[in-house]
Amino acid sequence: MLVFGGFFVDLLLACTPIQMPIREKAQIMTATEMERALNRLAHEIVERNRGTKNLALIGIRRRGVPLADRLANAILEFEKAQVPVGYLDINLYRDDLSTVSTQPVIQSTEIHFPIVDLSVVLVDDVLYTGRTVRAAIDALLDYGRPKFIQLCVLIDRGHRELPIEANYVGKSVQTTDNEIIEVKLTEVDQKECVLLVEKV
Amino acid sequence: MPLKVKHLLGIQELSVEQIQLILETAESFREISTRPIKKVPTLRGKTVINLFFEASTRTRTSFEIAAKRLSADAINISASTSSVVKGETLVDTAQNLQAMAPDVIVIRHSSSGAPHQLARICDAAIVNAGDGAHEHPTQALLDAFTIMDRKKRLAGLKVAIIGDIAHSRVARSNCLLLGKMGVHVTVCAPPTLLPYAFEKTLNLLQPDHASGTLRVTHNMGEALEGADVVMMLRIQLERQQEAFFPSVREYFRFFGLSAERMQAAKPDAIIMHPGPINRGVEIASDVADGPYSVILDQVTSGVAVRMAVLFLLAGGSKEETTG
Repeated sequence: MLVFGGFFVDLLLACTPIQMPIREKAQIMTATEMERALNRLAHEIVERNRGTKNLALIGIRRRGVPLADRLANAILEFEKAQVPVGYLDINLYRDDLSTVSTQPVIQSTEIHFPIVDLSVVLVDDVLYTGRTVRAAIDALLDYGRPKFIQLCVLIDRGHRELPIEANYVGKSVQTTDNEIIEVKLTEVDQKECVLLVEKV
Repeated sequence: MPLKVKHLLGIQELSVEQIQLILETAESFREISTRPIKKVPTLRGKTVINLFFEASTRTRTSFEIAAKRLSADAINISASTSSVVKGETLVDTAQNLQAMAPDVIVIRHSSSGAPHQLARICDAAIVNAGDGAHEHPTQALLDAFTIMDRKKRLAGLKVAIIGDIAHSRVARSNCLLLGKMGVHVTVCAPPTLLPYAFEKTLNLLQPDHASGTLRVTHNMGEALEGADVVMMLRIQLERQQEAFFPSVREYFRFFGLSAERMQAAKPDAIIMHPGPINRGVEIASDVADGPYSVILDQVTSGVAVRMAVLFLLAGGSKEETTG
């Protein structure tokens, strides 16, 4: 399991109840800090794209979905503009399908608007190896040719295995390979915090 | 959650959880066929061989499209243009194909048990696309998928299956699947086209905890009474010469689905048929083309379901499977 890097591990945590033994080490962000970060990210996205015209948010399942919704709501509040939101399941584009032992549960992709010439901001909770984002970019390009693809993540934990960087980062956290970042969102986990846990 | 079986040989061997997994996975694949670029790279580099010893439009095209939309390489072999016409046996054909390392072999054959034979010989995952009068598992799965889509559930529904039951692998697979999923199935045919003790035989194949029911009748009105789903089966016209029924006209009168007959079913009942339809024999044109017919939706469902089956059989590591 460890051989495939955080990509598989993060996905496993996202899709199944935690089965590997872990120990909570620290709380990286509280609910308030997460809210402030998301507000700042929403402002940064609008600033960088000079408004909301031709802007779209696409949340990467699973936890990128509520984050994308929250960013869209924040933008609606301060810009009075509704940015279209889509949801992407990247499991069919993974690079480790023939080697991973547990098949991922496939969920659906919902992108109900054309993405041609748009500035599409991919939204995810944690950026780690970069493989999820690579898969998301491939998936997105099968829907059309956006003008820009940008990346917004709540946490950047380093350890990239591909040359991928985020445009908007909530918080950068130094981690070791033995550690996992767990983002808990009310919509999915019924609590709100970011935890640093260690594999035991 | 993997499928944990290596082959899809029949509904009989599948558990309720496995059936649900296939249907849920198919739901996620449905959207791909609506995109402008109908392709995902999931099975890139995998080889799927369609080995069809019987004619087919829907099933074969469906499997080919499903494989190609998953970026797999699909090869079609039809017996009539292969060395089978020179007398090559099934086993030899299978072993020769296996020597070319396919990942999946989809087989349709006129003998029951042919896919099971292949499963013993080949390393590839075997999918039964119809073997004799035994089973047609992907048809039953796509039928269930279509019913779920329209009725939002399976358990508790009343389904009528009407037609040539004796020669129908579709009927058998559907009875097995719907029985496992808690559906009340009524099977109806003239006595010449309904095997003796059909319901007893099928019930013997079901596990004890199967929650559906199966009954048999020769009266079409009784079968249609209160039905949520009406599934018509093709009458093989060539069998008319074998004295299974006096004339096509008489068959249609007593067992054919007309708009009038549909009055007995529930007002929102859906009409299904695995295809190809014989208009005016087992089903009237106005019913087949009417607003409650989901016959063409079945075909669309077929691609999503077969994509799910190919993905679940070919899309993971080989070591984790049994059987």
